[in-house]
Amino acid sequence: MCGNARIVRGRSRYHEGVSDNPAGTHTTGTARVKRGLAEMLRGGVIMDVVDPDQARVAEDAGAVAVMALERVPADIRRDGGVARMSDPGMIEEIQAAVTVPVMAKCRIGHFAEAQVLESLGVDYVDESEVLTPADEAHHVDKWAFTVPFVCGATDLGEALRRISEGAAMIRSKGEAGTGDIVQAVRHLRSILGDIRALTVADDAELYRRAKELRAPVDLVREVASRGELPVPLFCAGGIATPADAALVMQLGAQATFVGSGIFKSEDPATRAKAIVEATTHHSDPAIIAKVSRGLRSPMLGLAADEIDTHLAERGW
Amino acid sequence: MSLKVGVLALQGAFREHREMFEALGATVVEVRTPSHLGGTDALVLPGGESTTMRKLLDTAGLLDVLCERIDAGTPVLATCAGLILLASEVSDARDVDGDPRVMSVLDCTVRRNAYGPQPASFEAPLTVVGLPGGTFPGVFIRAPVIERTGRGVEVRSLHDGNPVYVASGPVRATTFHPELADDLRLHEQFLSEVTA
Repeated sequence: MCGNARIVRGRSRYHEGVSDNPAGTHTTGTARVKRGLAEMLRGGVIMDVVDPDQARVAEDAGAVAVMALERVPADIRRDGGVARMSDPGMIEEIQAAVTVPVMAKCRIGHFAEAQVLESLGVDYVDESEVLTPADEAHHVDKWAFTVPFVCGATDLGEALRRISEGAAMIRSKGEAGTGDIVQAVRHLRSILGDIRALTVADDAELYRRAKELRAPVDLVREVASRGELPVPLFCAGGIATPADAALVMQLGAQATFVGSGIFKSEDPATRAKAIVEATTHHSDPAIIAKVSRGLRSPMLGLAADEIDTHLAERGW
Repeated sequence: MSLKVGVLALQGAFREHREMFEALGATVVEVRTPSHLGGTDALVLPGGESTTMRKLLDTAGLLDVLCERIDAGTPVLATCAGLILLASEVSDARDVDGDPRVMSVLDCTVRRNAYGPQPASFEAPLTVVGLPGGTFPGVFIRAPVIERTGRGVEVRSLHDGNPVYVASGPVRATTFHPELADDLRLHEQFLSEVTA
């Protein structure tokens, strides 16, 4: 599949002495290629969008990717019912509207939805707790796919179980659709704190920790020696302001997902651009102050301890 | 005294470049504002999302200073999105994008994301001119294709008939990601050409 059929040209004289590498020697869907796209998104903001217009607003604001879905989490939370994969037609319209990568969500364990998303050529699949889970015991076998997956996690054990199933990016779950950052902070601190503790554990302790984390010991050893997950760790769930983005980036997230926080605010375009700048310049308070001025109202939000449905508890 | 390399760190795979140049003994500074450019001997434009990076370059006030530095002959290694930022022509530009040309210092025409969406991203061994030690592991992620190269542009590696590594004046540019390969040879070659 590699190469571009539209380009028909022989070797020009500028190529003399350069031997060609034919298309047949290439491999798709490797772990390096899957994790590599996540690395390209580092330092960026991935924004939830529900139509091509929002996708263009997000791209104009500097979004590094968009997440195509029918309803933002705040609306899913309000409406109730079963939340499923989005209409393929709507995902295709969004793919046509932007040049940045397009992600889409499937339900936990719903490998048939994931197959549909892969066939549409989405750039990343989010096996997401924001949708209603389709399987109470199994997540998707993500190694079986060429398209990479991102999965949510609340703690290190959950992150490592998802990586062992083939996830190429981990994000905090946070509590989507609330505009309350507290849960994302809890999840990031838990994951990163437990990683720091692993780096000073001895071999006997690593066996014990693997059992406690319900994670493969080889993966636990790898994390202990690297001092970080083998895949990028991003933050999602409850980011509503530039300072929220700066907070989670300084805690150790490598990029941010913003869902309801942008298009449920009073001035989405300006807020989106401000959160992008805050994510890039996360350790420069003067810039965070500058971009935080005059943003009008953020999403109203729901305090995470006032809600009945805790999306973060979905997944196993 | 070690060489000081400025790695553009607005977004993307800047950390990998930093780690590789540090492993080769260079001093690395992450560039997010114009003041970070002071004293740098060479520059790196990393992989990432070119559309996003172009906007961030603008808001950070870095676009003009970077152009001036490269025009003045500062060596630059540009990978994937970085190459797109340097190209003189982007063939898939659409009206809604505005003008996607950014710096126009490398005479070539590129098509963004030319292999298709992420499932088409691939790894392939590459034969590179002047690089000893066998093929180089090419990692192509939503990669662009160089459709045309100008007269002064030297092609150092091809894949499926398309140039994937080019050199022109102080510019070295790849459509793949040497920063994602566990192989320092291309970075080493860049440093040795900077000091030569």
